[in-house]
Amino acid sequence: MSDYNVLIVEDSPTMRQLIAFALKRIRGVRIVEANDGVDGLKKLSSERFDLILTDINMPIMDGLKLVSLVRNDANYKAIPIVVITTEGAQEDRERALALGANDYITKPIQPTKILDVAKGLLRIV
Amino acid sequence: MQKDDERLVHSRGEEFLQVFKKGAEFTQDLLRENERLRYRLLELEKCQLVGEAAPASELTKLSERIADLEREKQEILDRIKQVEEENQDFAARYIEIEDENNNLANLYIASYQLHSTLDFKEVLQIITEIIINLIGAEEFAILLLDEKSDELQAVSTEGVERSEIPVVRLGKGIIGGVAQSGESHFAADCDAYERDFNAPMVCIPLKIKEHVIGVLAIYKLLMQKKEFAAVDYELFTLLAGHAATAIFSSRLYSDSERKLSTIQGFIDLLTK
Repeated sequence: MSDYNVLIVEDSPTMRQLIAFALKRIRGVRIVEANDGVDGLKKLSSERFDLILTDINMPIMDGLKLVSLVRNDANYKAIPIVVITTEGAQEDRERALALGANDYITKPIQPTKILDVAKGLLRIV
Repeated sequence: MQKDDERLVHSRGEEFLQVFKKGAEFTQDLLRENERLRYRLLELEKCQLVGEAAPASELTKLSERIADLEREKQEILDRIKQVEEENQDFAARYIEIEDENNNLANLYIASYQLHSTLDFKEVLQIITEIIINLIGAEEFAILLLDEKSDELQAVSTEGVERSEIPVVRLGKGIIGGVAQSGESHFAADCDAYERDFNAPMVCIPLKIKEHVIGVLAIYKLLMQKKEFAAVDYELFTLLAGHAATAIFSSRLYSDSERKLSTIQGFIDLLTK
C-alpha cells in the first residue's frame, strides 16, 4: 500500500519518465501517468490522488483546462496541482495560479525543484 | 581557760591548715589547667601552621587542574569547530552528489529513451523532447548529412520552419565546419547572440565514434534559461553519441524493413 498517489499528466514520455524518476525519491510514492488532460480526468475518476503534476501544452485537453476542471469539481478540488511547462512568462504563471494551480515550475526540468515542491505539497518534512 | 585558748588555737591552726591545703590543691589545679591550656595552645599553633601550609599546595594543585581543564575545554572547542567544518563540507558534498545523481538520472533517461525505439521519426521526436525538456532550447534544428551530395539538410525543427533552415555544404560556415571537424561550437555570449540560421548559438556534431552523420543547431533558448549549466555540456556529449547512434540504427532498420517488404513482395509475387 503506497502512502502517496501522484498523477503525472504529460504528453511527452521522456518528460513523464523524468518527473517520475525525480518523484520516486519520495518513499512510498505511487505514480500514475496520463497522456493528456482527458486521460488525466479518466484516471482521476478511478482512484484517489494526493498530488497532480501537469504540463500545459498537450493535445486533446491542455493543462490549464485540466486545472480549471479539477478546481471546479467538489471531489477533486482539494488535490494540490503543480504545473510544469516551457512557458516562462510571468503572465502564464499568474494565469495558471489564478486558475487554481498550487505551484508553477518551468522547464528545463530540475529534479530537485520538483522534489522540493512535491514534498511541500504532500507535507513531507 | 588556758585549755580553751589552746583548743581554740589548735582549732584555728587546723582550719588554717585546711585552708592552706585547699589553697595548695587549688594552686595545683591551676598549674595543671595552665599546663593543659599551654599544650592546647601549642596544638592550635601547630594546626594553624599546618592549616596555612595546606591551602597553598592545594591552591597550586587546583590551579593546575583549572589550567588542565581550560586546555581540555579549548581542545574540545577546537574539535567541535573542526567537526562543524567537516559537517559543512559533508553537507556541501551531499548537495554535489545529489546534483550529480540527478544529472546521471537525467542522462540515463535520455539515453534510455533514445534507444527505446527503432522508428526514425520517433527517434527525432525523442531528441526534440530531450533538447526542450532537459536542455531548455526553444528554437533548434536537426540536420543530417547526405554523404552522396556532402550536404547537410534539416530533418526536424522546433520553433522554426524547416524551410527556413538552409542546406549547408560540408565544411562551409559554422554548421558545415562542425560537421567536418566533429568539434562542437558555442557562441561566445549567449545573451548577445542574434539568430542567424547559418551561425547557430550552439552547434553539436552527431557522430558515431569519429564519423559525423549530422549536427544539432540551437538558435534560441527558453526565456527562463539564461545560460548553459554544466550538465548541458554532458547532455550535448550524450546527444553527440547516443542520438547519432539512435538515428543511424533507426534509419538502417527502416531501410532494411523497406527492403524486406520489397523482397517479401517479390516472393509473394513469385509464389502466388
